[in-house]
Amino acid sequence: MELELRGITKRFGSLVANDGIDLSVAPGQVHALLGENGAGKTTLMNVLYGLMQPDEGEILIDGTAVRFHSPKDAIAAGIGMVHQHFMLVPVFTVAENVTLGIEETNRAGLLDRRKTRRDVGVLSQRYGLEVNPDALVEDLPVGIQQRVEIVKALVREATVLILDEPTAVLTPAETEDLFRIIRRLKDGGTSIVFISHKLKEVQAIADTITVLRRGKVVGQRPPGTTEDELALLMVGRDVQLRVSKGAAQPGEVVLDVAGLTVGDQAGRVLVNEMSFQVRAGEILGVAGVQGNGQTELCEALMGLRPTMAGRVTLNGQNLTRATPAQRLSAGIAYVPEDRQEDGLIGEFSVADNMVLDQYNKPPFASGINLRLGAIAANATERVREFDVRTTSTQTPVGTLSGGNQQKVILARELAHEHKVLIASQPTRGLDVGSIEFVHRRIVEQRDQGVAVLIVSAELDEIYALADRIAVMYEGKITGIRPPTVPVEELGLLMAGGTDHDAGPPGLPESEPTPSAPTAGPGAGE
Amino acid sequence: MSDQAGTAGAAAVQQKMTKPGPGRIIRDSILEGNTFTVTVLAIFTAFVVGGLLNAFTNTTVLHAWGNLFSDPGHAIATAWDTAVGAYIEMFEGSIFNPHTVSALFQQASFSAAIHDGYLSAVFNPLSETCVQATPLILAGLAVALPYQAGLFNIGAQSQLIGGMALTTYLGYGVSLPFFVHVVVCVIGGFVGGAALGWIVGELKSRTGAHEVIVTIMLNYVMVYFLAYLLSFPYLMQAPHNTNEISAPIAGDAHLPLLFGSHLRINAGFLVALACAAGVWWLLNRTTTGFEMRSIGKNPSAARVAGMNVERTWVLVMLLAGGLAGLAGATVIQGTDFTVNFQSYGTYGIDAITVALLGLGRPGGVVLAGLLFGALHAGAPLMQAVTGTPVDMVEVLQAVIVLFVAAPPLIRAMYRLRDTRAGGVGGVMSKGWNA
Repeated sequence: MELELRGITKRFGSLVANDGIDLSVAPGQVHALLGENGAGKTTLMNVLYGLMQPDEGEILIDGTAVRFHSPKDAIAAGIGMVHQHFMLVPVFTVAENVTLGIEETNRAGLLDRRKTRRDVGVLSQRYGLEVNPDALVEDLPVGIQQRVEIVKALVREATVLILDEPTAVLTPAETEDLFRIIRRLKDGGTSIVFISHKLKEVQAIADTITVLRRGKVVGQRPPGTTEDELALLMVGRDVQLRVSKGAAQPGEVVLDVAGLTVGDQAGRVLVNEMSFQVRAGEILGVAGVQGNGQTELCEALMGLRPTMAGRVTLNGQNLTRATPAQRLSAGIAYVPEDRQEDGLIGEFSVADNMVLDQYNKPPFASGINLRLGAIAANATERVREFDVRTTSTQTPVGTLSGGNQQKVILARELAHEHKVLIASQPTRGLDVGSIEFVHRRIVEQRDQGVAVLIVSAELDEIYALADRIAVMYEGKITGIRPPTVPVEELGLLMAGGTDHDAGPPGLPESEPTPSAPTAGPGAGE
Repeated sequence: MSDQAGTAGAAAVQQKMTKPGPGRIIRDSILEGNTFTVTVLAIFTAFVVGGLLNAFTNTTVLHAWGNLFSDPGHAIATAWDTAVGAYIEMFEGSIFNPHTVSALFQQASFSAAIHDGYLSAVFNPLSETCVQATPLILAGLAVALPYQAGLFNIGAQSQLIGGMALTTYLGYGVSLPFFVHVVVCVIGGFVGGAALGWIVGELKSRTGAHEVIVTIMLNYVMVYFLAYLLSFPYLMQAPHNTNEISAPIAGDAHLPLLFGSHLRINAGFLVALACAAGVWWLLNRTTTGFEMRSIGKNPSAARVAGMNVERTWVLVMLLAGGLAGLAGATVIQGTDFTVNFQSYGTYGIDAITVALLGLGRPGGVVLAGLLFGALHAGAPLMQAVTGTPVDMVEVLQAVIVLFVAAPPLIRAMYRLRDTRAGGVGGVMSKGWNA
């Protein structure tokens, strides 16, 4: 099936999300849509999937124009979509999820579970998807859940598969698995539309790369194109992928963590006797495969999780039992991992979010009264300083793009007096321009003498920012290294090799490739 | 180059967007099907449905309808007269009755007319509407305030009973000078309700008990507790009385009447308006209100921002209970002057419908309270004149809330554009998921 979009235009009020977009996807081709957040990728795919109607332009399948009034029409035409946020019922099995909405019944009018299970089995075998039809979706790691989504589309006989930011939630190993699946699908004649803003992935998997910028197609390139050129197309200016920074000038120890142990409600230990120090004017980067206690470490440092043992001190002040409010006052600036869940209140205005943890302190409050004037003035100033792209300071922050939301959080956290900056996954899901902006601000903080703790799943980010790299594995630090450390050594530490056996003799049995408990395909069987 | 042109173009479009004419704004706001438009249309639709229901359950109309083919005009006219007639009487009973004006002008002198209460009679319907609206507004606020903080308070009934009981006890059991006694009893109402609300808040923050379950259960507890109090003379039962009723409160504990002895409107209405203004101020102008709204929208972000979610829950439920308790106090001190085992009436449920119709906002609660107050005030006259049962009011309330809770239905009926997802219907589900 040949899919073609001609002159697709979609407007939201004054915003032109898609501006005369032409795109054609040949059978058995991986067509990558590359663009910053807010470039119009998702809108275009929503138009293609029948979730939105284009204001102008047409969709052609094998040369004939079609109109999709709902996803149902799109599915009938052979278009399948895997959303960034999965549309699965957690308490149902894989087979039940796959059959949901197209349930097949046997002669007695009952659900034909056996046939569904067989279909899922056959399909997953053919494409190397390896999902167990009887597994409960809620028990599956994210990577496998994504495969369930793919199976769902394939069962509905999709010949064009749209993957919206498919790697955003995946570990590197899971990403590799996904690419393998994509190649097999491609060999089977399925066309893939691969939406991403990660240059390396697009280069690795795409047959054609279409770059979107501000709702327009700004170029089409073969996969051999250099990263620099693609980045240039995406952002319209030369983006420095490396952060330029001078040597760190570490001062006094500011944040001192000693023997910190954190557990969950079930009593499992997630952070196990961790000890480290962060000095003024240095960036400590915490690397590691996701799910090794990084999230819990940050939450414990912010007082959001009870500490089972150990001590946290900030400039000698004991914060081990302090509340989040006390920690904020003591001088912690905190950028949470999940900005929409923990960092912002989507329905609140940009202005209100800019004071979300300062609303009760002068100048934003006098006594119990909010000073709306001061809050508004602060918002205007911060929006300018941090270049937040918003129609007004009264706009609900939830309508902003991810990059601009992150700028709102940074603007808020860096505005109040702080000695430590803790940033968890500070650039997750951001476009190149925003990443650069955030990185520059973080380095700026370091140079102003703030002690910075960065937790990131992106090794590139850790390499670019950190003055020292700590690697976490199963709640422990397996080693702290200078940023000149070779990537192989970090890989070893991330796989659980400790300082002790990182030396030449006695390599650990496990491979250095991150074999996280979440990854392995065995989980699907 | 094209980049610059694009920006300039976007800026021009944006300027165009930000300055539409006033006519355009009105037209758009009506057509857009926002919550306000939907609410007004829901009320209108409910009246149409109520009218139809009334017409086609009326025996005279049904009889005329039986002769539809011999005399169709008569059947339709009777139906119309029945439906509209009931609403006219309801209007005359709750807002304005022209007969009272003609009676006023038939009097010999104006001063005599005032003295004999003929002028008061003109304003009596409005006075009654305000009297009926007073507890509805206060109890409605008791649901609306927690809603803003993400809590669903089903317990206005129990809190109102708590307020009524304490107010009444202070009303007959203590003797104090006039003004002081009024204030002490009103405060007693607040405290009685707040205590009940506080229990709910504490249980939720300490143990995670869901406030919906706890408040529903406390409603039963308080209904029977009230009956218990009123069953024994050494508790609250009036002496030498076999009924479950308390002694009347002292005259100096009555809320002062606002416009003379002929009209029942009293200071309780001012208390209700002041509380609505207070709740608005609290929510929108104070740091505490900012915390409440933040927690209502996103508790985890509020917690990360250093807010004490549990403490705020307790405070919100305490204030909400106090507001419901005040509703009880205004009933006792304004109109009933004594408490019996059924004094709580349907205020607890009405409070939820008022808060729903008022979209959970203080101003909306006042308007919704006045509307339902008018329905209650107009019902007796409607029944007396047209024979339409007062239960009609319950039907109207129910249908209004039904439509308000289903914005897509109203949008579909009037072909409005959908501008925002959700709507008031979200209140219910949110309450359960919180």
